[in-house]
Amino acid sequence: MTRDTSKMSSPVLKISDLTVSYRADERWLDAVRDFSLTIRAGETYGLVGESGSGKSTLVLAIMRYLARNASVRQGSIALNGLDLLALRTDEMRRVWRDQLRLVPQNSLSALNPSLRIGPQVAETLAPSLDAREKQSRVIELLRMVRLADPARVANSYPHQLSGGMTQRVLIALALSGEPSLLLLDEPTTNLDVTTEAAILDLLKDLMRERNTAALYVSHSLGVVAQICNRVAVLYAGELVEDASVAALFASPLHPYTQGLLDSVPRIGQHKRAAPLCSIAGQIPPLDALPTGCVFAPRCAFATDFTHEVRPALESLDDARRVRCHRWRELKPNVPSSVVPRQSSVVNDETPVTALVLNVSNLQKSFDVDRSLLDVLRGRQTRKLRAVDGVTFEIQRGETLGIVGESGSGKTTLARCIVGLTERDDGQLTLLDIPLAPRVEQRTREVLRHLQMVFQNPDEALNPYLSVGEILRRPLQTLASCTRAEADARVPQLLASVRLDPAYAARTPPQLSGGEKQRVAIARAFASHPDLLLFDEATSGLDVSVQASILNLLNELQAQSQSAALFISHDLAVVGFLSDVIAVMYLGRVMELGRTSDIFNPPHHPYTEALLASVPTIDVQQPRERIRLAGDLPSPVDVPTGCPFHTRCPRFLGDVCVNVEPPWRVDANGHAIYCHIPLDELRRAQKEKTREVFETSRVSQ
Amino acid sequence: MKRSRWTAADTAVSRLPSAVRTLRILFAGPASAFGTTVVVVFLLLAVFGSFVTPYGDTQQISSEAREPPSAKHLFGTDRLGRDVFSRVIVGARDILSLAGVGSLVAVALGTLIGLFSAYRGGWLDEILFRFFDSILALPSLLIALLLLGTVGPSRESVLLVIVIVYVPIVARVVRSVVLATKPKAFIESARTRGESLAYILFREILPSVLPTLAVEAALRFSYAIFLVASLGFLGVGVQPPSPDWGLMVKENRDYGALTPWALYFPVAAISLVVIGVNLMADGIKRVLSDER
Repeated sequence: MTRDTSKMSSPVLKISDLTVSYRADERWLDAVRDFSLTIRAGETYGLVGESGSGKSTLVLAIMRYLARNASVRQGSIALNGLDLLALRTDEMRRVWRDQLRLVPQNSLSALNPSLRIGPQVAETLAPSLDAREKQSRVIELLRMVRLADPARVANSYPHQLSGGMTQRVLIALALSGEPSLLLLDEPTTNLDVTTEAAILDLLKDLMRERNTAALYVSHSLGVVAQICNRVAVLYAGELVEDASVAALFASPLHPYTQGLLDSVPRIGQHKRAAPLCSIAGQIPPLDALPTGCVFAPRCAFATDFTHEVRPALESLDDARRVRCHRWRELKPNVPSSVVPRQSSVVNDETPVTALVLNVSNLQKSFDVDRSLLDVLRGRQTRKLRAVDGVTFEIQRGETLGIVGESGSGKTTLARCIVGLTERDDGQLTLLDIPLAPRVEQRTREVLRHLQMVFQNPDEALNPYLSVGEILRRPLQTLASCTRAEADARVPQLLASVRLDPAYAARTPPQLSGGEKQRVAIARAFASHPDLLLFDEATSGLDVSVQASILNLLNELQAQSQSAALFISHDLAVVGFLSDVIAVMYLGRVMELGRTSDIFNPPHHPYTEALLASVPTIDVQQPRERIRLAGDLPSPVDVPTGCPFHTRCPRFLGDVCVNVEPPWRVDANGHAIYCHIPLDELRRAQKEKTREVFETSRVSQ
Repeated sequence: MKRSRWTAADTAVSRLPSAVRTLRILFAGPASAFGTTVVVVFLLLAVFGSFVTPYGDTQQISSEAREPPSAKHLFGTDRLGRDVFSRVIVGARDILSLAGVGSLVAVALGTLIGLFSAYRGGWLDEILFRFFDSILALPSLLIALLLLGTVGPSRESVLLVIVIVYVPIVARVVRSVVLATKPKAFIESARTRGESLAYILFREILPSVLPTLAVEAALRFSYAIFLVASLGFLGVGVQPPSPDWGLMVKENRDYGALTPWALYFPVAAISLVVIGVNLMADGIKRVLSDER
């Protein structure tokens, strides 16, 4: 499956013993230490690590983009034999033009908002070309990155294009000079999964055609597994493991790599089977690096020796490298056997059915571009239909997962339920009490039963209040505790989310992202609500932290028997926590069913595409390849008939365009909003999977 | 629940850095150290000035009129034989108390209005701030002249003018911070807990406003000094024979060639205090950014 290029081709990039440091308070902090790596022509090298691991510093050092307070204190970076660190700026400029290009993460800020795309791409072409040659070359480049209408794109401003399109433009920009090395800095991180999958396909094909070497930086193991030949794992500035993709994902040697792989929830993995494995603790700050192995403080296999002596990077016979004292002893412990299969927190008894939340025909639309003048004239403006007739219920102890891409209306739905956004229409009842549209109109009793955990932990906690006060408030306002009672319960709340009672005196800026989210969770659980809403509660966190938060949620929910609504764009995360899943697209639910039903055919064609797009770390598993055409339609002009018909791979014809699909419900209550009957969907989707299995077997 | 559920004052104090640390940072840079010293000295003069002045501020010694600075009269005397040094020092009391009280009231009122209106939003906020915008569109001196022309010059009317001119400015500054804070999840979380309006405004939002507000208050103070002096100079502010700095400049403007000291010492005092307050404001900004 992977091309073995390491033996034949010459090195394009050779980094030797690189140490990059930042100057802070009169001393050097080494952000990257003793880093060596060789990338050969045609090779796509993944560089994986959590935030704070030094990935970005490394990219900046290779590009010679380091800030003034940073410096390469040791080692060398050679590109095609050329020592980059010794070059003058004008020589470096030539290297940037001819050999070395960067695809940055944030595509909107990387493009100049006041210039059209065409001139921006033309700017990177050789100055010797005349205007017409440039023009045609620009179109050619834009076509190469599979932009549907290159001439229109060239004539557009960046804000007129979608995130996926601007990312394609950046790839075109990077490839305009036929570089021998491409640095890709998290190019798909801000994109939706279906868009991401299409971009990864594109990159893969382009690399293969051109035999370009690439360094692909990502925090996502799944993405790296999709696109790379080899992977280097970075932790706290050190290379801890380096191997081919197949070898690394099949048998990771370093405990950190093992931990990372185990932290990622797989599609279909469920909380009732086993909790996720997580890595305790957090990445050490640069000014307090451990003296021995950098990973020792978080390592389950650490001994006194590993705490004291720094391990060397050992080269193994099959071009693998690992920095661990004990990898030989740990080797037999392949990741899956580490997973405790029995000790599950949740027992599989069917919960007593008691309705907690009933949502019926919920509607919310927003006015677009409504000016004061329009209001005065009473003119009807265009409506953005964020949530369009959503109906579902949640039982006690049950978790309903809502999955959907950006623009699907999932966040608006949550906000309407909690009352932060006023709904236009539809009924909501919580424990048979009708819910008023606005949170201010609801009684204390209702508020007590319905709490929310917000997406961004940095904004969820008031930076000026102590953790103690943050946790005390819900007890005082909702649980009718006196100040003294509330103060007495704060340590218990902190303990329930595994934080030391001393945290009560701290303020949020002194906490890490994971710790902040723990406090936010403790606050939401403080009033013993019957229903909790989680809006992308783990999206901003690193995978190892995410795993521990997911386990924590699972545990707290099992104890309190509260119901939950868990919203995420990540299908695997939703699948892990949820009993029932709703898939949303353009403000509508497309599919609703028990989690196991959602992951097995028949799927709604949209769900099918989502499942096929999720980057998975199971490199061996063959996958069907379904890619959605184009971008999400604007929610202002929702397509007629079935809203998904414009991109549907199983598009039938006029009936999809003109007629709203029926709800097709099977005996389990698994409901699909589609014109295709369930049996037909099931048959087609099973065949597809078999087809993929067979073709992949042939290719091996 | 029976106890007072929130106290704005204790938020403000607990979040602001301790006095010792504040002073240390204020005195760390030469500019803010200078500014702070100037402000402190003038404040002391304003309070205790009448104990150190060698002469009364309105005492006329006709035999010693128009004398240049000397050991006897440090800043010389004016054409009526009044000691300029004594008048400048006693003048500090008038100008600093008027500007201080005026800007304090303006800041307090502006903060209340800004907090409430921006949080509530809607048409009330819209109308109120369109009105404030129209006040801000006029030069503050023009508004002051209009108002004083209506109510007549006196200390109280100068105070009123400062408040009316500066409330919209402070309210607008506060509003911008509130608008940035309001959509944050911690405010939404407070709403889902059913917190009272007062708790949300003073406990959740006010702390975010304080850093900006502290700097704004210092700036308002320095502009208020300027305004009081300008009004005195134009003859519509503090009335003679009070030793107001602006008034002293006005009275001695025509005799600049004859008794330049009587003109330039009050001018120097105005500049010094305004520069001092501004430098201190920069220092405060640094203290608060250091804190974050």
